[in-house]
Parts: sequence; structure tokens; C-alpha cells
Amino acid sequence: MKRVVITGAGTINALGKDVDTTLEAMREGRCGIGELEFRDVDRLAIRIGGQVKDYDPDTAFSRQQLALYDRFTQFTLIAARQAVAQSGLEFTEALSLRAGVILGNSGGGMTTLDENYRSVYEDGKNRVHPFVVPKLMNNAAASHVSMAWGLRGPSFTVSTACASSNHAMAQAFQMVHGGLCPVMLTGGSESMLCFGGVKAWEGLRVMSKDGCRPFSANRNGMVQGEGAGVFVFEEYEHARARGADMLAEVVGYAMSSDASDIVMPSKEGAARTISGALRDARLNPEDVGYINAHGTGTAANDKTECAAVADVFGRHADKLMISSTKSMHGHLIGGTGAVELLACIMALRDKIIAPTINYDEPDPECALDVVPNEAREAHVEVALSNAFAFGGLNAVLALRRAG
Amino acid sequence: MSIPERVITIIAEQAMLEPSDVTLDSTLEDLGVDSLGLVEAIFAIEEAFDITVPFNANEPSAGDFDISTVGAIATGIQRLVAEQS
Repeated sequence: MKRVVITGAGTINALGKDVDTTLEAMREGRCGIGELEFRDVDRLAIRIGGQVKDYDPDTAFSRQQLALYDRFTQFTLIAARQAVAQSGLEFTEALSLRAGVILGNSGGGMTTLDENYRSVYEDGKNRVHPFVVPKLMNNAAASHVSMAWGLRGPSFTVSTACASSNHAMAQAFQMVHGGLCPVMLTGGSESMLCFGGVKAWEGLRVMSKDGCRPFSANRNGMVQGEGAGVFVFEEYEHARARGADMLAEVVGYAMSSDASDIVMPSKEGAARTISGALRDARLNPEDVGYINAHGTGTAANDKTECAAVADVFGRHADKLMISSTKSMHGHLIGGTGAVELLACIMALRDKIIAPTINYDEPDPECALDVVPNEAREAHVEVALSNAFAFGGLNAVLALRRAG
Repeated sequence: MSIPERVITIIAEQAMLEPSDVTLDSTLEDLGVDSLGLVEAIFAIEEAFDITVPFNANEPSAGDFDISTVGAIATGIQRLVAEQS
């Protein structure tokens, strides 16, 4: 089996428009969540989110491109440009035939849907722009990334709600690990911060009106974010031969299903996935120094996740650090695992653990070291990234320090 | 602006050309307008003239809406505007 390393990373999210500014914000424990700004926001009960602000698509794309790119595709391409540039890869004819794109996404082109439904239902128009379908389809981002670099290997979109990006990256890992592809672009994106998108989430009554406070006893729900994270997963020898900078090594993963409830998480399912990832990566529980939690800030997730971690790690659960960066960038749903992988890379490479901000009151049901409010310096050899989706679909990735 | 002039302006924008570079004899192929660009141009024409253009991308040459040249399109639009106004 081939070893798999990450040789490029890119992002745009509420904390920053590239990896450096995002990691700087995480180090400083900065909050990217604020007042939502879009049409009809005054008709919403939930008016906060991790929105990408001061963003002008015209500086990144031509008018022709924008006619085809929903916001989630724009974010994906911006992140992919950064990741490919950092990797220094040149997609030769031979390499491009075997390189592909696997991205996570849940809502597709929600803004495109919202605008066009408004136009036909509210404004009574009977004609929509011809590119509505190619803009809103969930695979649009993956397809445009494949076209931008001429990648003709396996490409598709994985849609498993909040675990989409982790499932996508696990799949990309498998492609490289199994020798199918020397290089894969992977990660995910989401942009549901529009009237219809937030209105739908409001209905479920799991959103917080005032902030995302994972693991804190006074938490009262999730806060949605938007953006993208894209990585270059590359076969180790391929990366070494060209002298590429390795950001981290992906050493294993697990995927599982709770098969129990469409929205409630399961401790057993989460624990089975975490221990599965350790087994796949041939790790002992004591090897793990940091877990980037799913940590949504809902009552149900956070206590279930902490109980699962306690079960898997036993006494070591009190020694490892676990934080939720959703407190800063919000929950990017299908893109969240990708942006959160950046916190794992920072822990391994920069020896800085991103905090869980907005931590006000300890919760006895979340009695772990959640790295409250301030980033911490620590040497970590192995980090895990958790994702436990609505529908009971789980995916956990294991990363090791490169070198 | 006359109907042919407006059609030329719309197609020129689609082809990323100046209207002066588009003549009634130009074909869409000459102008580099592909099938997706044609569908977008027809949408823009429908919006501009508030008409419905009978065009099916599966069989572009079927029906009596002639897209062989810019002039043919403009003639077709003039007819549709007269019929549908």
C-alpha cells in the first residue's frame, strides 16, 4: 500500500481567504461569526452565521465563469487554486490522466436555487437563466476543478451532510493509498447562507440565535458557516521524488453508519468510527494528541461525542486535547471537515492547538480538555478529525506529523 | 435601436466582441459562440424582447427558427416580436 501525504492546502471561510489568515485567526481564537447579510434576512429568526464577507467574485472570476459558478463553486475554485499552487505540482499529460477530484458538499447551489425560486414563485417570472441546472448541481464544483487543471481521473462529489468532506477525503486517501491515483484534489465546500437555506435550518430548531459555544454548559445550538477547503493528497514517493513540502501524512480513516436515527447522534456509532480509524492507521489510543471534534455546539452532539471519546481512549481521554473550531468558523456542513483539517495540520506542523472559543461554563457531560478559549502550544504526533453527520453517517480521519 | 442592432449587441456580448465586429452575415461559429453560448444568447433575447423563442438545443435546426446567421436570427426575432406583441 502507498503512503499518502498532503502537499497543498487552500481555503476561504469566515476566518480568512487563505490558509495563513485562517490559521492566524485560529491561533488568536478569533470569531468569524457575525450578522448575516443577504436579502430578506429580517424575515429570519436566526440572523448570525460564519459568512464570507468583503468578498468580490469579480476579482477572482470572469463574467462568463460567474454565469456558471454558484458561490460554493467559486469558493472551491479559490481554495483549489491555493492548494495546487502550494503543492507546486505540474499536471503533465501522464499525471493529469491519473489525477482526480473528490469533494464533499451537501446543499449544492443553494443560492442559485433560492434566487431562481424567488424569481418564478415570488416575482412571477416564467423564464430562468439557462445555466440554473449546471450551476446548482452538487458536482459542479468537482467538475469545474477537474476542468481547471484538466484532471481526467476519477472525480465525483460525496454528499453525506456534515460528514461530506471527511467521506470525500477518506475516498481520495483510498485512491492514492491503493495505487489507483498518484494525486487527488480533495476536501469540500458549502454555501447555504441565503434566505431559503437558513430558513430551512431554522425549521429544525437546532440553530443558536446568539453564538456557537461547543462543550460549554450554556451552549444552545449550532451556527452555520460557509466556504471551502481543498487539499492535494499525493503519493509519498511521488512527493518525495519532486522534493515537495509535506504538510502532514494521512495515515488512516474509518467510515460507519449508526443505522438508528435520521438526526440524533449515537455514541456507539461515533466510538466505533474513532476506534476504526485508529485500527486502520495501526495506532494505539495513546498515540493521539489532538482531536478536532465534530463539536457542533448542540446539546446532543457534544455530550455524545465526549462520551464516545471517553469510551475509546479510556484514561488517555483526559490527556489528549479536543477542540471544536466551529466555534470560530461556524458549521460549514458539507465543507466543514475540510476547513477543520487545517486545524489538524496546524497542530502537527506548527505545534499549535486551535482553541474552542466561547467556552463559558464547564459541562460535566463534556469533561475533556477542550482547549478552552486560547490556543495552546503542544507537540502532537497524531491528530484525528471527527465528523458525525445527520443521518448517522460517520467518518474519522487520522493524520500524522510529516517527516 | 432597431431589432437587428439589439440582436447584434446581445450576440456580441455573448461572443465577447464589440458590436462593430458582428455583422448580419456572421455565423455563430465565426463568432466562437458554442451551444451553451447560443442557449444563453437566446435567453438574453427572450428577456430583452419579452418573447418566447421556439428553440430546442437537441435539434437546433428543427422548426422554422433559423440560426444559420446573425441576420437570420434577427429576422426570426422580428417575426416573433410581431407575432407575440
